Amino acid sequence: MVDLWQGLSQAFWLVVTLDAELAEIALRSLSVTLTALALGCVIAMPLAALLAVRRFRWRRSVIAVLNALMGLPPVVVGLVVYVMLSRSGPFGVFGLLFTPTAMIIAQMIVIVPLMASIAHQSLRELWAEYHDLLISMNVTQSQKVRTLLWDARRALLTAALAGFGRGIGEVGAIMIVGGNIDHVTRVLTTAIALETGKGEFALALALGFVLIALTILVNLLIHWLGQTEREGRW
Amino acid sequence: MSGLFPLSVTGAATRRRGKRLVGPVDFDWDGQGTQVVLGPNGSGKTTLLRLLHGIARLHEGEISWACGTAAARNAQAFVFQRPVMLRRTVGENLAYPLTLRGVARAEARGLAEGWADRVGLAEMIDRPASVLSGGEQQKLAIARALIVEPELVFLDEPSASLDGRATREIEAILSDAVEGGTRVVLATHDMGQARRLASRVVFMLHGRVHETGPAHRFFDAPETAEARAFLKGDIVE
Repeated sequence: MVDLWQGLSQAFWLVVTLDAELAEIALRSLSVTLTALALGCVIAMPLAALLAVRRFRWRRSVIAVLNALMGLPPVVVGLVVYVMLSRSGPFGVFGLLFTPTAMIIAQMIVIVPLMASIAHQSLRELWAEYHDLLISMNVTQSQKVRTLLWDARRALLTAALAGFGRGIGEVGAIMIVGGNIDHVTRVLTTAIALETGKGEFALALALGFVLIALTILVNLLIHWLGQTEREGRW
Repeated sequence: MSGLFPLSVTGAATRRRGKRLVGPVDFDWDGQGTQVVLGPNGSGKTTLLRLLHGIARLHEGEISWACGTAAARNAQAFVFQRPVMLRRTVGENLAYPLTLRGVARAEARGLAEGWADRVGLAEMIDRPASVLSGGEQQKLAIARALIVEPELVFLDEPSASLDGRATREIEAILSDAVEGGTRVVLATHDMGQARRLASRVVFMLHGRVHETGPAHRFFDAPETAEARAFLKGDIVE
């Protein structure tokens, strides 16, 4: 309990004194996760829309696999990305291992199935509602996808926020591919793991509280930008 | 105009899970006047409209439009019994089919404002379509169908479950469209509406065209016992 209070007060102190190291780690956490989120959305949302509107032979199996991948173990993802990016791996020549880029790739792999699955649920319902209308208007496949993505944008925001939540709190994969290198790949979650290992529970808790505050702040900001929960809107 | 007519329907049929829903249907239409598809519930009115428009799959026979099937789809519009509203504003709903056809956003907005005014929704143009009443939603759906100036519009029971005032407003919009040269195929079981709007009648029963002909002849001297019973208000099975 004492550690909790110490952690809270230390978190408060780190924030009000604008601790340079904390700012660096927090900004890196944000930049890695937001980049992974943006790239992940570009893949996950159209994929979800295509799965909603297209009928093909293995569609149900693909959806089942996608849903199963929501629970993809980050440590395994990290390991696979590590092998792929390591010097002897197929992408070793790019020298991406232990860089923020490798962390972005790992986070993307973790969050894409989650976002695509959640988005697919919403888009499937919207497609059921729109199906006859859009067919009667003779729309093309790409027009269908664009219409669904635009009209379901607020529901997709929820999927994106879920992806952000998973990404920003992720530690297993980015620890393996990033290496938790000070001033290079250290982010809030890996710093928490490090401080916990060192027995610095108060500092670890302080970083944890900063992480939670950051997550809430970004969620509120996205809700505000997306104009959700307003009267007369979807 | 792409020259939809004459329409020739020969042995057209559609099935679901092996069961024939409609057909075989045979009739020709030279495109004159307003066709009203009449019949009791479950007779296949909606399915016939969906079949003609290409929403339902044609399993047997042929539906032949003068301009060909692909061009025909673009010259037609469809209004559903329960209006499907895009999750957008009234103005955006109206502009949607125009933007699909490559009309510039500003021009589409201008046309949408004009149509919103025509159907009495001008004050609602920036409000979400979902907040409209049932009658207003149906007027919006009809305006959205007519905004692309289709040669033919299909309407599936457009005034079902609407009050008299909303029905009258919808019929006025349709009459204006017909005067403007748009052909209408309307499915209804509202006899009053059929008498007011029809110039030809297709009477459906058990998924088949049971009787067809000019409206005055159908209403004054129906040829079949089932049509006579239907017009009398008897239960026809």
